[in-house]
Amino acid sequence: MASRSRKPAVRRPGARSGARRTLLLVATRKGAWLYHGDGARKTWRADGPHFLGHVISQVVLDPRDGRTLLAAAKTGHLGPTIFRSTDLGRTWKEAARPPAFAKAADGKEGRAVDHTFWLTPGRAADRDVWYAGTSPQGLFRSGDGGVSWEPFSIINDDPQFREWMGTVQDGTPDGPKLHSIIVDPRDSRHFYIAMSGGGVHESSDGGRTWKTLIKGLDVVEGFGFDASKPTFHDPHCVRICPSNPDRLYQQNHCGIYRLDRPSDTWVRIGRNMPKPVGDIGFPLVVHPRDADTAWVFPMDGATVWPRTSPEGKPAVYATRNGGKSWQRLDAGLPAKQGWWTVKRQAMCADDADPVGLYFGTTSGELWMSRDEGRRWTCIARHLPEIYAVEAAGL
Amino acid sequence: MKVLIPSALRSYTERGEAEAAGATLAAVLLDLEHQYPGIHFRMIDEQDRIRRHIRIFVNGEQARDLTQALRATDEVIIVQALSGG
Repeated sequence: MASRSRKPAVRRPGARSGARRTLLLVATRKGAWLYHGDGARKTWRADGPHFLGHVISQVVLDPRDGRTLLAAAKTGHLGPTIFRSTDLGRTWKEAARPPAFAKAADGKEGRAVDHTFWLTPGRAADRDVWYAGTSPQGLFRSGDGGVSWEPFSIINDDPQFREWMGTVQDGTPDGPKLHSIIVDPRDSRHFYIAMSGGGVHESSDGGRTWKTLIKGLDVVEGFGFDASKPTFHDPHCVRICPSNPDRLYQQNHCGIYRLDRPSDTWVRIGRNMPKPVGDIGFPLVVHPRDADTAWVFPMDGATVWPRTSPEGKPAVYATRNGGKSWQRLDAGLPAKQGWWTVKRQAMCADDADPVGLYFGTTSGELWMSRDEGRRWTCIARHLPEIYAVEAAGL
Repeated sequence: MKVLIPSALRSYTERGEAEAAGATLAAVLLDLEHQYPGIHFRMIDEQDRIRRHIRIFVNGEQARDLTQALRATDEVIIVQALSGG
């Protein structure tokens, strides 16, 4: 059930103090911006645009060295690439070999990467390892810090996966995507990936074999779709809890879910959202230290799926008990006429205490909360359409 | 031979004109890659197809086949489509 009860933010052991600076990495349809926050996260210095005019799907800081950035880029006219900076964006150099599918055999129709969509750094122990998800769906790995990329695992060319992926026509409007690449922090051979469309999949042997993880997930009703087939599943965003890697949350095209391993059946915790709001959306954010806490940004999934804040009243919803109940967090956000869309990579948390939350809208506004969603303030307006927001502590 | 470079690719060449050699269009584009690493993949995908918004003209005629033979006196023009918004 929805609840307005408010559990106080408690400073927890292991949380970073506010003395570290927060860096926001904002990727947009027309370039990238870096926002440097002060220790209190109250003032922000804009650094940008970087790559003005380029479509930037995501910019990610390497948490292992705190200075290397990777940016997934393309333009409306040119092929995709990845830019790399080893000095926090002061200078950039293009990857020597960006993600690209294997050349098809003569007479076969091969696929071409349209854009790299998702970037995931490897575990702390696996220095210089990165993973990338692309559109159309492809999985790639770099072992040299993002300089060169190779197809990774069997996924890209496996006939069964290709059938589940469908064609470009079956995908989201700006292309079907492989996203939510999750490396188990305890085991570098244990992965999760998600595909829109194509479902959620898990590998326990370094990508050699995969198992589907779609039990319990609903599919669009009314068309007779078979929920046992990955092709009908559209996970929007899957997150693992850093404080309990056996717990995952998922914002799906058809609801919000939680999965507690070793179970392989997702539980639709979005059923506990208020009915007029529903449980449709793109992003989902997990708390860095509390696996019972997660945040979502609900959007309208009725009729023709406007994918805007329900009734034009933007709000973040939080659960503090693993999805048993949700509370509305909208203080400071427009009370009406706010028809916002927040994409799946455009909402994130920092690791401070209390946790800072951030989201960017497709209308180019960047918002934050310094107190885990209780109060929201706008950092920036008039940016291009925001695709991704990442927060990093420096 | 002379190759005219569109504005979107001048971050590689730093000018609007380049010199490249090769007996075929594919070879000329690979020579450009040799001189300006990264430029090839922005124009040609991993299946050796000219990308959707790229057009290449040889002596004013649109080239669709990368195996097309070229002479040293030919002029290659690379054009980016101006679609988008």
